[in-house]
Amino acid sequence: MMKNVILHGKVWKVGSDIDTDVIIPARYLNCSEPEFLAAHCLEDVIPQILMKVKPGDILVAGKNFGCGSSREHAPVAVKHAGFSCVIAESFARIFYRNAINIGLPIIVAPEVARTIKEGSLLEVDPVTGMIRDLSEGKAYQGEQYPPFMLEIFSAGGLIAYTREKIKRGGVKQLG
Amino acid sequence: MGMTITEKILAVHAGVKEVSPGEIITVKLDLALANDITGPVSIREFSKIGVERVFDKNKVVLIPDHFAPAKDIPSAQQCLEIKEFSQEQGLKHYYEVGRMGIEHCLLPEQGIVVPGDVVIGADSHTCTYGGLGAFSTGVGSTDLAVGMATGEIWIRVPVSLKFILHGKPKNPWVSGKDYILAIIGKIGVDGAQYKTIELTGQAIEDLSVDGRLTMTNMAVEAGAKNGIIAADDKTIQYTKARAQRPWQVYRSDPDARYENIIELDVTHLQPQIAFPHLPSNTKAVQEAGDVKIDQAVIGSCTNGRWEDMVMAARILKGRKVHPDVRAIVIPGTQEIYLRTVREGLAEIFVEAGAVVSTPTCGPCLGGYMGILAKGEKAISTTNRNFVGRMGHPESEVYLASPAVAAASAILGRIASPEEVL
Repeated sequence: MMKNVILHGKVWKVGSDIDTDVIIPARYLNCSEPEFLAAHCLEDVIPQILMKVKPGDILVAGKNFGCGSSREHAPVAVKHAGFSCVIAESFARIFYRNAINIGLPIIVAPEVARTIKEGSLLEVDPVTGMIRDLSEGKAYQGEQYPPFMLEIFSAGGLIAYTREKIKRGGVKQLG
Repeated sequence: MGMTITEKILAVHAGVKEVSPGEIITVKLDLALANDITGPVSIREFSKIGVERVFDKNKVVLIPDHFAPAKDIPSAQQCLEIKEFSQEQGLKHYYEVGRMGIEHCLLPEQGIVVPGDVVIGADSHTCTYGGLGAFSTGVGSTDLAVGMATGEIWIRVPVSLKFILHGKPKNPWVSGKDYILAIIGKIGVDGAQYKTIELTGQAIEDLSVDGRLTMTNMAVEAGAKNGIIAADDKTIQYTKARAQRPWQVYRSDPDARYENIIELDVTHLQPQIAFPHLPSNTKAVQEAGDVKIDQAVIGSCTNGRWEDMVMAARILKGRKVHPDVRAIVIPGTQEIYLRTVREGLAEIFVEAGAVVSTPTCGPCLGGYMGILAKGEKAISTTNRNFVGRMGHPESEVYLASPAVAAASAILGRIASPEEVL
């Protein structure tokens, strides 16, 4: 079980319908090393991202973040670029699953996505969905994970969750 | 209470009598699919789970198609990784270059996927198989890795949107591609977020299986979990000739629940163009204005099937590609490729001044085999026109049907088929 961590970071804002080709262009998909992908994360939106984003910073997006391809390289790039969390008005479904599966906290919070200012300092509890804007002194309640997804998230991702389940005999191989 | 096709397939694969939207269930997989980009990541994650073998060596499918034939050394390494894993695991469904095809063209064609299946693929266009009446959806590499290990996946049962397409288009060049672009234009790129797009109506029944697969292929472009079309006589004929396994036909009950029912009359629909940079940014071809193009791509998991080749050849026959344009035709599988050669379509394409490529996803995602330079514009039968999708971030992609792409290749600008015939 992963210990619950409260996240702190500065806000980077991006718009709506940020697709996975923008998050990590396919020309970089001949490699799946997290550090390489991170170096090219959102490079047409935030050029030289690794020079700018400090570990822990928080990406805040509009609606339908992560639409497009199923490439897990996208949340991997976001995570390894230093972002501790993504908050958005809504997420595309494959990106949402992928983020939880690889242990990238991700929160649906339409009001935050609409009102928060670039550069604000946030405090985020991914388990409760509580988001505090320390710069403005405001608090917001983001959506909580459904219980089943919280289990995966709390285990540290889908692989750790599955490994545990297999050990406990909860999953039998069919073949 | 009645159930939709999607709910029925999911219920059977979860081993329960019925399921309702919103419920989280675990379903058994008939197939788990990955390619040369997502496969290596899946294999790496698979190795961390603590099992030696995949759940069923006949149900895990690995296809090198995105950057294959390998475009560079790193891509060659990725292709090699899935090949070696396939050999180690004794996978039945690994297809080497020369026998492979674009995954979503190959699996239906070879009868690897059949009606009633539950399929996950580490490729967002896995939703294609809904055109055969299967439940199929795209997932990431980690979900796929767990699917390969356990033969199961958890799914939140989606609510369904029912589309009823009435009428018969007066314009003979209007195709399944135009229907789906019109739908995405209407509901937006998140208009079916997390939901099922169930396609019904006379216009769908009139489509060939190829045309239906084009439509369900792009369900994800509206954010959908899956697209689905009930299997009918055409589906059964198609399946009988190919199926490697028994299949099961499901139909939605008359009292099945839909979140919304959307009706569309296609009688007066014109060929559609999705302008940069979203598939929902659609217009009728007649309203496109004067858009000069540098490249036309005819192929992909959306429009690389036989019917698409025929459509393009009918327009290109005896005509020439515009001097300023590169036309690239990519049959989706080796079987389609061979047929384009045998039936003279390849000759038509080459004589027109187009190139004919071996099957690959190549240019669709800006991999290779037709990358755009800064400022260049392409008309393409592919599925996405995001910023930088086919090359330079300042290039542009316009999505259309094979007929419109072929006509545009000839005139050097976005054009409707009537303008060249």
